[in-house]
Amino acid sequence: MYKILEKTQFSEKVFKFRVEAPAMAKHAHAGQFLMVRANECGERVPFTLAGWNADEGWVEFIFMVIGKTTEMLSAYEAGDALRDVTGPLGVPTEMPDGPCAVIGGGVGLAIAFPVAKHLIETGHEVHAIMGARTKDLLLLEDQFRELLDDEHIHITTDDGSYGEQGVVTAPLERLLESKAVTQVFCVGPVPMMKFSTLTAEKYGTPITASLNPIMVDGTGMCGCCRVEVDGKTKFACVDGPDFDATKVDWDDLRARQAAYRTEEGQSLKAYEEGSCACHK
Amino acid sequence: MPQVNGRFVPDMKSPRTPDNEEPAAERACDFRPVDKGFTEEMALAEAERCMDCKKPFCVEGCPVNINIPKFIEQIREKNYGGALDTIREESMLPAICGRVCPQENQCEGKCIRGKKSEPVAIGQLERFVGDQPELASKPAMKPKNGKKVAVVGSGPSGITCAGELARNGFDVTVFEAFFTGGGVLVYGIPEFRLPKAVVKREIDGLEEMGVKFEYNSVVGNIATAEELFDEGFDALYIATGAGLPKFLNVPGENLPNVFFANEYLTRVNLMKANKFPEYDTPTKHGKNVVVFGGGNVAMDAVRTAKRLGAERAIIAYRRTEDEMPARRAELHHAKAEGVEVMPLVSPLEFIAGEDGTVCAVKVQKMELGEPDESGRRRPVPIEGAIEEIPCDVAISAIGTNANPFASKIGGKMELNKWGYIIADEETGQTTDPRIWAGGDIVTGAATVILAMGAGKKAAASITKSLLGE
Repeated sequence: MYKILEKTQFSEKVFKFRVEAPAMAKHAHAGQFLMVRANECGERVPFTLAGWNADEGWVEFIFMVIGKTTEMLSAYEAGDALRDVTGPLGVPTEMPDGPCAVIGGGVGLAIAFPVAKHLIETGHEVHAIMGARTKDLLLLEDQFRELLDDEHIHITTDDGSYGEQGVVTAPLERLLESKAVTQVFCVGPVPMMKFSTLTAEKYGTPITASLNPIMVDGTGMCGCCRVEVDGKTKFACVDGPDFDATKVDWDDLRARQAAYRTEEGQSLKAYEEGSCACHK
Repeated sequence: MPQVNGRFVPDMKSPRTPDNEEPAAERACDFRPVDKGFTEEMALAEAERCMDCKKPFCVEGCPVNINIPKFIEQIREKNYGGALDTIREESMLPAICGRVCPQENQCEGKCIRGKKSEPVAIGQLERFVGDQPELASKPAMKPKNGKKVAVVGSGPSGITCAGELARNGFDVTVFEAFFTGGGVLVYGIPEFRLPKAVVKREIDGLEEMGVKFEYNSVVGNIATAEELFDEGFDALYIATGAGLPKFLNVPGENLPNVFFANEYLTRVNLMKANKFPEYDTPTKHGKNVVVFGGGNVAMDAVRTAKRLGAERAIIAYRRTEDEMPARRAELHHAKAEGVEVMPLVSPLEFIAGEDGTVCAVKVQKMELGEPDESGRRRPVPIEGAIEEIPCDVAISAIGTNANPFASKIGGKMELNKWGYIIADEETGQTTDPRIWAGGDIVTGAATVILAMGAGKKAAASITKSLLGE
């Protein structure tokens, strides 16, 4: 069992858990992820590491309530325990020297944050591009502001409720145009990553994407998380989750991400009706 | 038992006792065990058929050389506990091996009775006693020797090695990536062939012997070999399994509802997707399911598909039934359950339907040509003979590659060019003298019993190396 030490609520649907896991905390790196199974009948869900502390022996992950598992997790409180947490999995994020743009869209900001922090700690100049549908869904603004001054933070919302109205490609384009950055990291919904990639490609700037396909085992054994990169099949769990974004087949990723939409709906319904096996 | 001048006379007339199977039509609807195992009466009758050969070829055929005539004799004497003790001298997992070993190629394949009639049902007899663990003597435990060994992976190889080491007085910790023990025995082999309770019993037995299990622990990521040595472990046994699925390398392989067998099986076996939405992990219940491959994993996948409600479940294989590496019993069970065998086809392309998921697979028809290096006739394409099979779930079960995790564990051990760990065939020792390895991560995908045998050899070598015995 893995004890939840702290629960933070960022908005109506966005939470952070700090979980006791000393061995994982000692070996965690930016860009890696955890596999979490909340209880005996739960599924295994990957969550990117949002923070960790080796001395205090904890790891953190952020989640947004979108389906049964996250709905159920949101009811857990500090002091409760998760049945299983495995990690850190995947290859850590590495970027060459030079100024970077780090783009996070929606809940992807939870992944972008530790990457930005890591890059700053390793001597990079970082511009954070933070995108969300609306103001309430913009994650971790305070944390980003602790890391970066205003000139290095670029916020967009689809509805214009905060920051500039529009999508992340607008500030990205400006940064690329002015040659303020020489490389880009992006994480978020597929369309956001796809269009960020097209924008970076236009300027010939290298771009890395952190991919988030469905996973089952997370250790390379099952092949559920396979993605097509440069015409080859790769496993996000052991070959990634970071890949050269210009080589990713986005349609393939999107189709595989959507493969269980119907079942996800059924699962949530069963939870809400109380007919699933796991009422903790 | 019939005796002439005090010597046992085998029953040479009775045919082999048939397996005690659930009716095919009923069992294909759920995940109940297909084979109920011998009753005492059946076991006693079958034990009478053993000729108690002076030179028992069955023992040679067994990868771990169990004294088969002896344990069968003990069955005849109704000394089931003794029979189990005899098996356990060589094999830690009789209830599992009795169920999943390819006996027809091993002990039973060498049985003299098989020459003129049918071999003795050694596997069933092993299982019969294996399922009565309460009758066995408590394993003799050597006093604690103060040495610590880490075992990476709790599949058949890892748990065998752990058990042997514990008996030899070592302090053993098994690190397992999943949340439960058993490796391929729990995520790969379905309930209807190997009930999870049987595996759990073995794991519980190891815990009683003092073996510690650390679940959710991916060695390599959570601790490297060097860190484990720094923590006080004196040796390491790596048995992580073969790992990565092998690709068919045809277009459309990544379409939704095209699975690798490991995923398809893990969803159901480990995550209980057959009980969705009671359990959270879903799977796809295809009406028309095509499985590519001809081994036991392919059989497990296609029979699982049948149980998930497939109307048409097909095994598509590029050679013919005769060349299939699967156990005959599995093929026979699959066919009895209504699985269709489509020989001499090779996949060309998976085709997406309107909803973007797989709706058909295009296959190339083959014929058998000249024998290849394996001695089997090589399948060659028949020009222009291309067919489209409708399917809403397709599964690739053509084998595995080495998992790159082995290289992350560190230490000074070397891998071969395919990523498998190089280990001495006799001892399991790697090129790092503190690390041993065995099972599929050394040999590539093989059988439970070979993995077990490797665990046993490594345990003996570790004991010798650490204790200087």
